[in-house]
Amino acid sequence: MFANLFSFLCVFQRMPAPIRLRELIRTIRTARTQAEEREMIQKECAAIRSSFREEDNTYRCRNVAKLLYMHMLGYPAHFGQLECLKLIASQKFTDKRIGYLGAMLLLDERQDVHLLMTNCIKNDLNHSTQYVQGLALCTLGCMGSSEMCRDLAGEVEKLLKTSNSYLRKKAALCAVHVIRKVPELMEMFLPATKNLLSEKNHGVLHTSVVLLTEMCERSPDMLAHFRKLVPQLVRILKNLIMSGYSPEHDVSGISDPFLQVRILRLLRILGKSDDDSSEAMNDILAQVATNTETSKNVGNAILYETVLTIMDIKSESGLRVLAINILGRFLLNNDKNIRYVALTSLLKTVQTDHNAVQRHRSTIVDCLKDLDVSIKRRAMELSFALVNGNNIRGMMKELLYFLDSCDPEFKADCASGVFLAAEKYAPSKRWHIDTIMRVLTTAGSYVRDDSVPNLIQLITNSVEMHAYTVQRLYKALLDDISQQPLVQVASWCIGEYGDLLVSGQCEEEEPIQVTEDEVLDVLEGLLVSNLSTPVTRGYSLTAIMKLSTRFSSVNRIKKVVSIYGSSIDVELQQRAVEYNALFKKYDHMRPALLERMPIMEKTSSNGPTEIVQTNGETEPSIVEPKHPPPVTQPANQANDLLDLLGGNDVVPVIQTTMPSKPASAGGELLDLLGDLSLSGGPPPAPAPSVPTSQPSFLLDGLSSQPLFNDIAAAAIPPMIAYNKNGLKIDFTFERANPNPNIAVITIHASNSTDADMTEFVFQAAVPKTFQLQLLSPSSNVVPALNQGTVTQVIRVLNPQKQQLRMRIKLTYTLKGSPVQDLSEVNNFPPQSWQ
Amino acid sequence: MQSGRVCLREALEAHFFRGEFSVFIKMQFMLLFSRQGKLRLQKWYVPLSDKEKKKITRELVQTVLARKPKMCSFLEWRDLKIVYKRYASLYFCCAIEDQDNELITLEIIHRYVELLDKYFGSVCELDIIFNFEKAYFILDEFLLGGEAQETSKKNVLKAIEQADLLQEEAETPRSVLEEIGLT
Repeated sequence: MFANLFSFLCVFQRMPAPIRLRELIRTIRTARTQAEEREMIQKECAAIRSSFREEDNTYRCRNVAKLLYMHMLGYPAHFGQLECLKLIASQKFTDKRIGYLGAMLLLDERQDVHLLMTNCIKNDLNHSTQYVQGLALCTLGCMGSSEMCRDLAGEVEKLLKTSNSYLRKKAALCAVHVIRKVPELMEMFLPATKNLLSEKNHGVLHTSVVLLTEMCERSPDMLAHFRKLVPQLVRILKNLIMSGYSPEHDVSGISDPFLQVRILRLLRILGKSDDDSSEAMNDILAQVATNTETSKNVGNAILYETVLTIMDIKSESGLRVLAINILGRFLLNNDKNIRYVALTSLLKTVQTDHNAVQRHRSTIVDCLKDLDVSIKRRAMELSFALVNGNNIRGMMKELLYFLDSCDPEFKADCASGVFLAAEKYAPSKRWHIDTIMRVLTTAGSYVRDDSVPNLIQLITNSVEMHAYTVQRLYKALLDDISQQPLVQVASWCIGEYGDLLVSGQCEEEEPIQVTEDEVLDVLEGLLVSNLSTPVTRGYSLTAIMKLSTRFSSVNRIKKVVSIYGSSIDVELQQRAVEYNALFKKYDHMRPALLERMPIMEKTSSNGPTEIVQTNGETEPSIVEPKHPPPVTQPANQANDLLDLLGGNDVVPVIQTTMPSKPASAGGELLDLLGDLSLSGGPPPAPAPSVPTSQPSFLLDGLSSQPLFNDIAAAAIPPMIAYNKNGLKIDFTFERANPNPNIAVITIHASNSTDADMTEFVFQAAVPKTFQLQLLSPSSNVVPALNQGTVTQVIRVLNPQKQQLRMRIKLTYTLKGSPVQDLSEVNNFPPQSWQ
Repeated sequence: MQSGRVCLREALEAHFFRGEFSVFIKMQFMLLFSRQGKLRLQKWYVPLSDKEKKKITRELVQTVLARKPKMCSFLEWRDLKIVYKRYASLYFCCAIEDQDNELITLEIIHRYVELLDKYFGSVCELDIIFNFEKAYFILDEFLLGGEAQETSKKNVLKAIEQADLLQEEAETPRSVLEEIGLT
């Protein structure tokens, strides 16, 4: 009886022991519905919370473990954060183990609470048991915040010098994390690195190589300092390859592949841009490349790393060819993973080792048919990179076939690539037009919007093909009016060359018989069709208007135009009203205004189209970046504009034809010049006689002071970005309207040596927070003796307004020898990024 | 790898650097999940909020589960490379930065599976479910900050063994009175 009373009293004093972890897991897994699970979780969480409130040391560990399980299922567990800290502070190893695990899962540097860990970690770093020290190092190395790293770097550095390899290897990786978080602390670890590579222990070796790699990547001084390690690294690698079977480190007959790969990677960094180091590693690279077993993934992983290293250092050509051949063999491997990395690497090397990669062209083209999306994409990119004047016909056949059958996600890029390749290497104008037609008809709805003005420019300039082009486009329209880019280009052409169409002048193929009325039927059909977008309708209406000077059925056209004067679509309405005005009040000017478009100057086609892009309009005049702002019809207003620009080349503007376009679509440019009341006027005219070597500024070539710049931003001073061995690169700046986060930089490359620099390629890279867009260069020959410049536009997006830094790579051929140089550009004027 | 919005021309011409010079190789996270998309382990080597982690996990799991068996083990996702492999009913998924060697990451994954296998003896998904904390402990003896700290299988397992022993010693036997909360 006494026992009963006793136990009765005991029950009221404490809760029952919390259930064990495994039991909880088992219970939760029996839940048949989400709701049931949620109920169980809530119940258990409540129990855990009470237990925490009681400050129960005994079961804290168990409770936190359960909490971590529930957290993994997706339930909130933040109330356990402090408990983790208590566990870490406990003396029991079990507690620490779970506590640190909890900290890594529930805490991160965003929580203020995490700093409370610092002291515990500090103590544990000096604990007598190495497994406790290990826990602390691991936690610090995975999630330590910058503050924690600052506080504890000294401890880590101490442990980096210990003879205990278990701790030393962890300390090395912990140091890597500290350096990543607080780069300024890198110096303090330098002394400890002194004899890291003399270690026999593979764990320490591996982590040491990782640490050295991190230091070399972050600091050119460190890199220079550690170059002397190359012979030692080569020796270690050699031992790994030559040594017999080592059961401890063996993976499918290869000794410690992880270490081999890391050494290869460090060698890559040390050998880059350094002749002596590259030479010192030449033999070992050749050895690894030829001796590594390729039947399993592990061997191929090493080969892959070797190839990457060979391509990056200053290796002799024989070695490079060896590397590319390895990649070529990879392409034939059954393992799709291997094919994937081969394509990725080939893409990286295609610019520098073009001929070697060309040899594998047919294999690469075969990969277009691969089932894997990633492989297909790479094969496509690589195929485009390999297209040249010699293989254009064959390659285009394959690529067009690919375009026909590929997934929609590829079509836009493929179409763009086809256009680009065709532009560069078309063997004939006819072939070029045919290729464009093929793309427009088979993938017309995927073609990028900016292709339309490019194509229009191309067609305009292929004078002898006008009749053929308009005929083919007309026939395409009869088949299908759903693909907007096709319809837009076709409308534009019919508007321009409709006269050639009805007079049956086509020489390239059998001319079709079509009447004016039939043509107008088609164009009017576009206006009313549901399939036509507002932009397309604009094109059609304009085309119809243009035909008023080419066809005789003017009355019909007048009627159509007047009908649309009351269209709901404001765009169309405005156009129609203006065209009406043209008929009524300015009929004497109509023929001149609607004359055939002249040949347009070739410019960087991706120029500031965005700057002038308005309401989705992509009329060809906008492609031409050197045009003056829209010139109004009334001559006196045009004169005002001339005054503004200081006259000179603007004079021809009025005399040449201008495609009609409502000025309300003037966008930024018109807003800029809004006080000139340009509404109701035709748009910018192409100024064919404007000379140019600078591609991108809107008003470039017309006046020395770009109007745009002055209004858009205070002039940013130009700078010299690079000046070495006779090559000088200047940067000039622009702010892109309307987005002030975009800096538009134009590079001007000039050459003061006595020979031309050919095959000039400028490449640039920016830190992660930026985005970069490199447009086409004006040319790839920098003429000798400063006789001309190569210009290229870089657009940098800097949303975080961080200090602009850039790394540039220059390659060119001078007097037959290839030259390559890397440089950092850090002297950007503050106005360019603030 | 930048998104497909960049015109192909620019991609080809600015190819070498891909517009960013981050060559700091790093594994960003590792996820283990079942064929039904249930998370079995998550190891993050970058600081992200719980919300972000959940979002990434959800999207990535969906993406990987949608892959067909014939596809390769690598895919581009956001600006990361994902390396994944299925072992029985579990997907092992690592996110590495663009410059990393995918093939060796496959070996890392394989090594981890071997370690689990040795420890649990023919490991299966249930082992990972019921002993998730052990799975973490093993991972933390193999990788640190996303990099391999030990390349010898034997040494990793030895360390775990010793730590487990330490844990057992630390757990003093409980008296009956302790169990009912009297002391």
